[in-house]
Amino acid sequence: MYSTSTQSTAGMNKKRKILQKLQSVLIFVAFFSIAQMAQAQDGKALFNAKCASCHAIDKQLVGPALKGVEDRWDDKKMLYEWVRNSAAVIKKGYPRAVAVYNEYNKVQMTAFPELKDQDIDAILDYINTGGAAKVAAGVTAAPTDGSAAGGAEESDSNLLYGILTLILAVIALILLQVNSNLRKITDQAEGVRSAEPIPFYRNKAYIAILAIIFFLVGGYVTFQSAQGLGRSKNYQPEQPIYYSHTVHAGINQINCLYCHGGAQESKHANIPSVNVCMNCHMGINEYVKGPQLLREDGSKVDGTAEIQKLYQYAGWDPDAKKYTGKGKAIEWIRIHNLPDHVYFNHSQHVTAGKQNCQTCHGEIQKMGEVYQYSDLSMGWCINCHRESKVQFTENKFYSIYEKFHEDLKKGTLDSVTVEKIGGTECQKCHY
Amino acid sequence: MKQKKYWQSFGELKNSDSYQDGVQDEFGEDLVVPESGNGLMDAKSPRRDFLKYLGFSTAAAAAAAGCEMPIKKSIPYLNKPDTIIPGVPNYYATTFMQDGDAIPVVAKVRDGRPIKIEGNELSSVTKGGTSARVQASVLGLYDTARLRYPIANGKEASTFEAFDKMVADGLAGIGGKSVVLLTETINSITTKNIIASFLAKYPGSRHVQYDAISANGILNANALSFGKRAIPSYQFDKAKTIVSLGADFLGTWLSPVEYARQYAVGRKINQQNPEMSKHISFESMLSLSGANADDRYVHLPSEEGAVALNLYAALGGAVAAPSIADERLKKGIKSAAEALKASGSASLVISGSNNADVQLVVNAINQLLGAYGNTIDWSTTLNTRQGDDAAMVQLVQDMNDGKVGALMVHGVNPAYDYFDAKKFESGLKKVGVSVSFNDREDETTSLCKFVLPNHHYLESWGDAEMKSGYLSFIQPTIAPLFKTRAYQSSLLKWSGETTTYGDYFKQYWLNQFGSQTAWDKALQDGVVETPVAQSAGSYISASLAAAVPSLTAIKPSGKTELVVYTKVSMGAGKDANNPWLQEMPDPITKATWDNYAIISYAMAKELGITVDDNYEVEVDKPVIKIKAGALEYILPVLVIPGVHKNVIAVALGYGRSEKTGRAAANVGQNAFPLVSFDGKSFSYSVSNVSFEKSKETYKIAYTQSHNQYEGRAEVVREYSLNEFKKNPTILADVRHELVEDYAKNTNDYAAEGTLYPSHPYPGPKWGMSIDLNSCIGCGACTVACTSENNVAVVGKKEVMRSHEMHWLRIDRYFATYRDDSGSDNLDDLNVVFMPMLCQHCDNAPCENVCPVNATNHSSEGLNQMTYNRCIGTRYCANNCPYKVRRFNWADYMGADSFGDNQREVLEDSVMMMNDDLTRMVLNPDVTVRSRGVIEKCSFCVQRLQEGKLKAKKENRPLETGADGKWDIKTACQQACPTNAIVFGNANDKNSPVSKIRNEEQTNRLFYVLEQIHVLPNVNYLAKIRNTYRHVGVAEEAHHEAGEAVGGDHKEVKKEEAAH
Repeated sequence: MYSTSTQSTAGMNKKRKILQKLQSVLIFVAFFSIAQMAQAQDGKALFNAKCASCHAIDKQLVGPALKGVEDRWDDKKMLYEWVRNSAAVIKKGYPRAVAVYNEYNKVQMTAFPELKDQDIDAILDYINTGGAAKVAAGVTAAPTDGSAAGGAEESDSNLLYGILTLILAVIALILLQVNSNLRKITDQAEGVRSAEPIPFYRNKAYIAILAIIFFLVGGYVTFQSAQGLGRSKNYQPEQPIYYSHTVHAGINQINCLYCHGGAQESKHANIPSVNVCMNCHMGINEYVKGPQLLREDGSKVDGTAEIQKLYQYAGWDPDAKKYTGKGKAIEWIRIHNLPDHVYFNHSQHVTAGKQNCQTCHGEIQKMGEVYQYSDLSMGWCINCHRESKVQFTENKFYSIYEKFHEDLKKGTLDSVTVEKIGGTECQKCHY
Repeated sequence: MKQKKYWQSFGELKNSDSYQDGVQDEFGEDLVVPESGNGLMDAKSPRRDFLKYLGFSTAAAAAAAGCEMPIKKSIPYLNKPDTIIPGVPNYYATTFMQDGDAIPVVAKVRDGRPIKIEGNELSSVTKGGTSARVQASVLGLYDTARLRYPIANGKEASTFEAFDKMVADGLAGIGGKSVVLLTETINSITTKNIIASFLAKYPGSRHVQYDAISANGILNANALSFGKRAIPSYQFDKAKTIVSLGADFLGTWLSPVEYARQYAVGRKINQQNPEMSKHISFESMLSLSGANADDRYVHLPSEEGAVALNLYAALGGAVAAPSIADERLKKGIKSAAEALKASGSASLVISGSNNADVQLVVNAINQLLGAYGNTIDWSTTLNTRQGDDAAMVQLVQDMNDGKVGALMVHGVNPAYDYFDAKKFESGLKKVGVSVSFNDREDETTSLCKFVLPNHHYLESWGDAEMKSGYLSFIQPTIAPLFKTRAYQSSLLKWSGETTTYGDYFKQYWLNQFGSQTAWDKALQDGVVETPVAQSAGSYISASLAAAVPSLTAIKPSGKTELVVYTKVSMGAGKDANNPWLQEMPDPITKATWDNYAIISYAMAKELGITVDDNYEVEVDKPVIKIKAGALEYILPVLVIPGVHKNVIAVALGYGRSEKTGRAAANVGQNAFPLVSFDGKSFSYSVSNVSFEKSKETYKIAYTQSHNQYEGRAEVVREYSLNEFKKNPTILADVRHELVEDYAKNTNDYAAEGTLYPSHPYPGPKWGMSIDLNSCIGCGACTVACTSENNVAVVGKKEVMRSHEMHWLRIDRYFATYRDDSGSDNLDDLNVVFMPMLCQHCDNAPCENVCPVNATNHSSEGLNQMTYNRCIGTRYCANNCPYKVRRFNWADYMGADSFGDNQREVLEDSVMMMNDDLTRMVLNPDVTVRSRGVIEKCSFCVQRLQEGKLKAKKENRPLETGADGKWDIKTACQQACPTNAIVFGNANDKNSPVSKIRNEEQTNRLFYVLEQIHVLPNVNYLAKIRNTYRHVGVAEEAHHEAGEAVGGDHKEVKKEEAAH
């Protein structure tokens, strides 16, 4: 169910990507020298690092939209100084500075004393060329979807093998029938009296084979479903807000740890608190540019309406740009549930083990609403612990494993897996 | 030659048949066999029924599992506080406060709720030590019996303002009568200021401090001999000879955590130069301190003055000491005097008496020895006891005379613990306005008109100056759970101030420290100390003169006397509703959930109580009727050797009212009425007591007879200091026998002594070392373990069935001398305490009998227990030589989803632990075990994992104690006030545990039951007694022990060869 949707979005992505690529290449070749482009790239990085949390190019956020900022300031030197230390400029009484300060409720802009003139020029360049560079950046960083295609290919070949097996089985059946018919004919021709012919469905051999197949398949299915009791792979409940990881982690490339910071230091990855959402959504109040969001049943999602839902929870009045103080926590539906007797620690895997989130959570950057990617069974855990290598030489913690270090040097050991240092023992996870 | 024998129970001493049966049957339960002999079909549950139930339950389980998964919500914060990362604990320095005691602690707060208390290592007073009560205090926060709102005239007050108004109206109408603030000892500077300004507001008002366990005697004596009504700082670490006259300074006297830490300093043994302090105890019953003494002598309570005077005289004091009849006691005083003389000013004599005259004599002794300025420091004084007994008695009189208009009670409960509680109650009725700030509806509070519950200390702001110049701050670790208010805030309010106590407190200290940074640091550290040079004080010798004749005049009246004492776990009874403490076995009696009369073996004989047969095995105890003046008690008796033959001892703190809480109700009897007032101080002993045996019996849940070693011998090792000095390898030689017998080729007993291959330990290998010389048996580790590892409380009935769940028990061994005639002198005894926990054997007998491999060995040397794999055969527990595995006989913790598993199975006191509120104390990193599985010590594996992860994240090797850096401490290690427990990586050559094993303590090192080659990962260090007598088992005794209990004869022979 979910796979079809990811495939369709993947397909759509592909088409759009080609178009965008063409477009951006044309723009760049036509208008900019290579040097300028490099500067714009630097400008982009600087803009994202320093400005983007409060400013957009063509939209008012906490601070004013920056498009045309150079025109609004007569004295460029003052603008430089403003960026480095706005308070000083206001103090000097430069009219434009005072006007902006007053217009934005006397909220002072963060000072960036580290920015040199050329840095600010780069940012301004980026602002002037803004839209185009943005698109270009979006394209170059867009994730590749080879793995999804790989998955599709794999399922295709499974189907192929299945059909092939079926065809072969039918052919075998036909051949068997032909064989017996031929024998009957030769027997008749030779005058040998054969037994009364029995229809194939009363043939004991067939029945026996069928019974065995039924037993095997039935046993397999029973065992599988018994094992699956209490497991919830592919669990994808409808959440109070349609939150799309595709938009956030995929298209906008927000680092997983920005929201799920707990994964670095805690056993819990933690669903971000509403104030974390509002860090960005105080400014981003609509969903317009991205692709159309679709639910699993194909119905369309109004992104802007979902952001409004967030405002409801946060108690944010988007018009007055103020908190009303009437917020309430979002009751997300928990997807990944481990039994109480299992101890799992995210930071162990993320910080110490340097695992990617996707290893266990799947291609989360392509998920609309999140579903459970792995079955979270013990066998699944153990398998990974058997195969994964620890940061054995890199992490000084492992320096106490002297014997393994010697073996590695001698070459009698080629790598140290989690299992090797006791990662499959009971009390690593159960206590 | 006298022989010494170690024994845990009279059954073991006499080796009775019942004892043998008990040893065989560790769970104390028989299999359920149908009663009638008519075959299975006629039994109550025939086979067909069994199959029906089996089929039904399988189907039900399948159906239940097949149902849809319940939807679980995950609700993040709306605004996450910066300081909280869900899943990562925060630690806040605060201070444990109770009855005037103040212990600097650090509270572990996980996801906003305190779940564990540790000692604050920055405090030079406790250095991170704690006591059982400190450890258990976190459970008190979630006590279901705490009052949840203010009460006025029996009804809930709607708001604090309404309450304030009612009190103000009340106070306005008292018409010139006095307002009295009756509190426990207050050692907080800000609180004292607030009290002063409150009192100033109400002319004629006064503040009375009342200590249920009073130190009035010592305070008054010091007022006479030093001109200061205070308690000096004792420094047990500097004392070479400690003589205690009935002071249980390791258990309950004044500041036991501090004293225990200091005491341990003098008791630790350096192998190269084995020296230690000498501890001599004179007492009437067997206290925790007496149990730890090197030499111990008993006397009647009425003889305490005579003993002190005789000791003074023996040291050369110019007094005519009354004569003492008891030869042994006389000798004891003489040898104590010799020891004191020998160590001179490095001596310390203390007395637990509340009689100022006795304390005056003790002061004279210390002055004579030159102890002041050496082992006793007068420039820093202890502020945890300031109560004035006479003032309290006067107050009760005034109340009865109608002179008191308003009484405000904080932290005290005279209706329960005042000796004449009836008089207090009748006086309280005459008080117009009675206000209680107590946290629950205790005996006093339920009689008060207005009740405004105070916060728990974990919800409070505050400061404590437990010693002059030693500040410790209290900061809240959780928002108040209920509608409570700091009593200081109320006093501020009622004296017309508008600030709350929190603001007042912060402003006061901000001013004191001068800057926000300095104040923040003080609050973060929790302690601020300004030590001053020590001084001897100025002794006034004239003070002694009046004390001597009044002491000489005290003569024993009647044959039998009675003492009331406090238990380490229960104190004066504030914690009676704490199930962890109720279930903690008393260090001496090993009894739980009760108080009782402790009597000597001799008295038991006199009463016709046979103690040598079924005595400890049966839970039914004989009951005696005690008459003390007009009072009559009917109490069960526990026979404890080492109690004076004419003394009965009864613990205080029991017999609380129904409303005190579900765990406190109906447990034991209140012994406070036995306390008396002698005109100056409360007296905690009664003379001229008569008693008789009653026909009834009473069940006592007693744990020492559980978990026996099945007759295997030489569990504890003890030597005298002289012996150890003379022959340092006395124990090492015994251990070497094993190598000679089983590992001739390689000298490696561990590898050669078995057919099994040995486990590889490529990384860390966990090991623990327990120093029996430092362990004082206080039980802080037991409660710390309970708190850290979600160990279940099972209740009295279950303890009686040997179902207690403690992962760490402290075995108590009496060691008595047997003379040539074969009889045991039970007065002359030592006690050895041995913490016993899972030994994490490398060659573990439990592991290879488990049919489902639920217990197995890890590559770090842990004997792992996997609850979800365990099917409850209990083979492992059967095969464990140390008997440290515990089985969940019932769903003690509510881990199962079916409520019926608990209903009508568990006692109310256990159900209290299953309340949603109480369950907030559970450690979320440790699985709550369900019914039918085995559990045991895990070496705090959750801490090991956390510590390793921390090191990994910081990209550095693990620190296990080398250079004093610790990533990991087990809960028991961290709680221990004497540092008896050391834990660490035995594969790290620099870790303390390796150093102890391989360099520092090779001569005292031993493993329990090493001869059975289970290769434990817990080692012990032998107990050394600083006594001139022979200690330890003589060779003849081995024969006897071996033959009598069918022990390992080979082992006996080996021991012989060693001697």
